[in-house]
Amino acid sequence: MTKTYAHRPCRVDSQRAAQLRQDIVAFHTEYCSVLDRGDLEQWPLFFTEDALYRITGRENAELDLPVGLVYCEGRAMMHDRAVAIARTQMFAPRYNLHMIGQVRVEAENPDGILAQTPFLLIQTLVEGASTVHLAGCYHDRFVEVDGQLLLAERHVIHDTNILANDLVYPT
Amino acid sequence: MYQNQTVIGLTDASKQPDLTQCIWPADALNTIPDWVYTSRALYDAEMDKIFRGDTWNFVALEAEIPNAGDYKRSYVGSTPVVVSRTEDGSIAVFENRCAHRGAEFCRSHRGNAKEFVCPYHQWSYDLKGNLQGVPFKRGVNKLGGMPKDFKNSDYGARQLRVTTRHGVVFASYSDKVEALEDYLTPEILEEFDTTFSGKPLKIHGYYRNELPCNWKMYHENLKDPYHATLLHSFLVVFGLLVAGNKSLMFADAKHGRHGIMASAKSEDKYAKVSDENKKEMRSFHEGLRLQDERFLEFIKEFNSPWSVTMMTIWPNLIVQREMNTLGVRHIIPNGPDSLIMEWTMFGYADDTPEMERHRLRQGNLMGPAGFLGLEDNEAMKFVQEGVRRSSESVNNILLDPGTIGTSSTLISEAAIRAMYVYYRQVMGLKVQGEAA
Repeated sequence: MTKTYAHRPCRVDSQRAAQLRQDIVAFHTEYCSVLDRGDLEQWPLFFTEDALYRITGRENAELDLPVGLVYCEGRAMMHDRAVAIARTQMFAPRYNLHMIGQVRVEAENPDGILAQTPFLLIQTLVEGASTVHLAGCYHDRFVEVDGQLLLAERHVIHDTNILANDLVYPT
Repeated sequence: MYQNQTVIGLTDASKQPDLTQCIWPADALNTIPDWVYTSRALYDAEMDKIFRGDTWNFVALEAEIPNAGDYKRSYVGSTPVVVSRTEDGSIAVFENRCAHRGAEFCRSHRGNAKEFVCPYHQWSYDLKGNLQGVPFKRGVNKLGGMPKDFKNSDYGARQLRVTTRHGVVFASYSDKVEALEDYLTPEILEEFDTTFSGKPLKIHGYYRNELPCNWKMYHENLKDPYHATLLHSFLVVFGLLVAGNKSLMFADAKHGRHGIMASAKSEDKYAKVSDENKKEMRSFHEGLRLQDERFLEFIKEFNSPWSVTMMTIWPNLIVQREMNTLGVRHIIPNGPDSLIMEWTMFGYADDTPEMERHRLRQGNLMGPAGFLGLEDNEAMKFVQEGVRRSSESVNNILLDPGTIGTSSTLISEAAIRAMYVYYRQVMGLKVQGEAA
């Protein structure tokens, strides 16, 4: 891994880390509930106005390459994507189910809380099996706005090397 | 879901004829039989006659392997190869197969090496694929070992011909394929040089996906301008391509195997669609506007009348110049029902940081999660599923009758027609009722 996504020891005291973990678990739970129920236009509300959202393969992350399968600068771009998918895009109907792993809090800095959480995205198509569509890890930076956590940055780094056909929804 | 996870939708036996049964319907110009997409026997013949025939196959961009020892794992057709930069600066392409027991010895997507060592019995190859070392070649204590007349030079990895143009690397199994410049033909070469002018590239990253469809469908989709304004309502709504925009579907005049789908974006961000055209387009959404319009901006950077070109270079390369988002797509056939697509997105080394970010933002149009890309992938999957198990057995390409090749209207299938005229000839396929 390059420096950007390398493992760094936790720099938050255990009591504070436990509190933050609890808050982040609550955040993920709501976030995944919105996505898994297909309420796509609510999705941008989990981000700050100028947040960065990127989905990219681990190979790109390891080489420090900037490309994203999805590359949204700011909540407005996320809104546009949500509307495009919900109202204009053609794709076979599907269910998504996110399974979230253990939250890891890495650091609490003036510019936010750094945390990583592994996930599995399970996709079910009409005539298909339920399959692991994406295996990866959220690399997040949270900020607190009006007592509420919001994502200022989410890099969805997926181990899955060859995607099955496409990725329709944000994850 | 991958092709091999298909539960309902395996291929009917009737859709898997052997080669002697592959006879095109009599109305050959206006039909495509389903077995073109589903026959395993035909697929195997394609690997031999097309990908290992007289063609230049894309394998890499030079920017991926700038330094001596840099290598990339790649493919020619479905055959795994290694592309490496040798000590003298030249590029070598050789099969990723140990001469000893056939192991695919190079396992990483890319890296830097002084030599390649097969992990099984540690036979080693130099950066050109020549066999360097065989452990215990003379045995131990004068027992065992290779025959006395064993020569390393007889057991290298199979090496391919290599050619490059402006940073793009092609390989061929053929010793009689013409020079790349002639292979491409003049108009294709001109468009190729628009994106690849020789200006150094900067790699932005990779996508990979499996499309559960036959590899030829990907060519057809980019020789089918009819779908662009119908399937991709996103293009239409946001004025990127509208039936009536200045556009061209070009097929190379020599063989009709390469193509360019080109269009010029109107000055307005959003399209004006006439009431008459609106009625024809079910997917049109009136009044949809973006909150962030930056990613529709087109910064004119090429001396070209086209803001968008999608170029198909036979048999395995797509060059994407979708406004300012640039990329190559490498088709890796994976049996009749599947292809692996490797996308390499790039910009230029002299891009400003803002231009780079613009390209990345515009990248949302393309790729496996792109607004256009994902719809194409879905549509082609539907076609493959449809042709695998239906009682009907023929696709109809009737638009723009009588035209074969280049067409100035989007409402045409003339470029697909030309591709299959060429294909039948290369594959030696007969047409019903024609003399052999």
